Amino acid sequence: MVESLTRSAARNIFFGGSLFFFLVFAALTAHSHWYMVNVSTDREGLTESVAAGKHVWEKHSCINCHSLLGEGAYFAPELGNVWHRYGGRENPEAARAGIKGWIRAQPLNVPGRRQMPAFDLSEEELDQLVDFFRWADSINTQDWPPHPVG
Amino acid sequence: MKYATQRVALPFFALAMALFALQVTFGILAAMVYVLPEFLVDAVPFHIMRMSHTNLLIVWLLMGFMGCTYFLLPEEAETEIHSPMIAYVQLAIFAVAGAGALISYQFGIHEGREFLEQPLWSKILITVAFLMFLYNTSMTLWKGRKTAINSILMLGLWLAAVFWLFAFYNPANLALDKLYWWWIVHIWVEGVWELIMASLLAYLLIKLTGVDREIIEKWLYVIIGLALFSGLLGTGHHYYWIGAPGYWQPIGSIFSTLEVAPFFAMVMFAFFMFWKGRRNHPNKSAMLWTLGSATVAFFGAGVWGFMHTLSFVNYYTHGTQVTAAHGHLAFYGAYVMMVLGVITYAMPQLRARQPYNQVLNMWSFWVMTSAMCFMTFTLTFAGVVQTHLQRVLGMNYMEVQSQLDLFYWMRLGAGSVVAVAAVMFLIAIFGPAREEVPEGSGTALTQP
Repeated sequence: MVESLTRSAARNIFFGGSLFFFLVFAALTAHSHWYMVNVSTDREGLTESVAAGKHVWEKHSCINCHSLLGEGAYFAPELGNVWHRYGGRENPEAARAGIKGWIRAQPLNVPGRRQMPAFDLSEEELDQLVDFFRWADSINTQDWPPHPVG
Repeated sequence: MKYATQRVALPFFALAMALFALQVTFGILAAMVYVLPEFLVDAVPFHIMRMSHTNLLIVWLLMGFMGCTYFLLPEEAETEIHSPMIAYVQLAIFAVAGAGALISYQFGIHEGREFLEQPLWSKILITVAFLMFLYNTSMTLWKGRKTAINSILMLGLWLAAVFWLFAFYNPANLALDKLYWWWIVHIWVEGVWELIMASLLAYLLIKLTGVDREIIEKWLYVIIGLALFSGLLGTGHHYYWIGAPGYWQPIGSIFSTLEVAPFFAMVMFAFFMFWKGRRNHPNKSAMLWTLGSATVAFFGAGVWGFMHTLSFVNYYTHGTQVTAAHGHLAFYGAYVMMVLGVITYAMPQLRARQPYNQVLNMWSFWVMTSAMCFMTFTLTFAGVVQTHLQRVLGMNYMEVQSQLDLFYWMRLGAGSVVAVAAVMFLIAIFGPAREEVPEGSGTALTQP
């Protein structure tokens, strides 16, 4: 390594540079926070039912099989756009019934197929979960995923 | 072992290794479900196996980092640990928090964000234990010699604790949730944990090669500088598709590409010091883990990370088996191997022996590393096929998965070999010391 770079110079560059990049990162995160609240997500649509649906999602740890906006366990289908996949943007009632019916039908017990457990959700919880999926589908994700299949 | 309180490290290492064995076990169970979907379906559903597998990894690595810190801190600071009692108590609290979470998962009790599934009481106990650990080690550093190695190690540990606090913030807005979730997950593994890794690497290199501290510590600052300069804004590669502004695509692409640099520097660093070093240390297997960790971290975290980090590539690969491939090799190279390296270096001293079971230990290195690489290759192939079928051609998810069976069988095979290698490692470390210094190494037996 270059002889002219001393240890204390290297230390100062580390501290100064890290602080600089942290401040830039924090500032961009603050802007992204504002952008997410006001621009890329549906602020008015974030109802109590959507929040409750997110809680249903978390309570049963859906993320440890499915993925949501591409993050999760990759063991089961992407659900960030499941509302779109069920045609919810055109026909919300049918999509709601379809998603709820699918969850209620578990486990499918098809031999050799990955099994989703039965989660014993109440009618209210199912509706909240679907509200959450509908809200998640409305996030502006820069056009991701490339296909509706997720 | 120059300082009596370095002994504190021993129970940390022992518990960490027990959890490591459990982590590999849950990994194999989950890999079984991939190929035989009915396996244990009623007893332990897949999501429980998976959260057990990932949580155990995080907990045992943290426990390992703590053990490494207690071992090296007295030597670096040239003073005894502030309070061995606090160390044992915080270990007990941490173990209760970790084991308690693991057991509660088996009964379906958990929170729901990925990697942060610990119930609230467990999160609080983890925080308490970690603060006790930081108090104890900071007091030790305070009264002792401050070197670049122990200062950077402590900085990394403090920052890890600070960013952990985001685990307690869970907004109802999913996009915001993800924005700050990455402040823990990414800033840990691609930021402040690299400070911990680099300082452990520097410590091992000083001990094993005998190269001047001045040179080693200068490298250390350059490496961690590269890590944070690239890694902080590199977080942007997680912000492409979660509702964040579009500017993260160029920023994330550029800075996360630069995240390869610190890992490349660590490989150069490790091998330069190895060649430059005059000391022929008898603990050959510790040297092997040290060089191996730097190398595999470069491929796993650096090369495999770069492979899918550019936004126009990630658009297609995001959330496929490519991510799983990268995750496995990156964690293994950067953190698992580094902790196993420190344990391999420290255990002979903790057991008051010359380096022992070296050949078995080196075999475990080669078998485990080869199997992890093979696992990574199979998952990479699976991910490429998945990306093409699902993201380019638009084929249905479950149909695509049924095309990947062969890769999942090979991944299960690779995982089983990792388990065998892990058992070899545990026997080499904790089993009876059969063979001391390897024959023909011809080194002085007096070296630490």
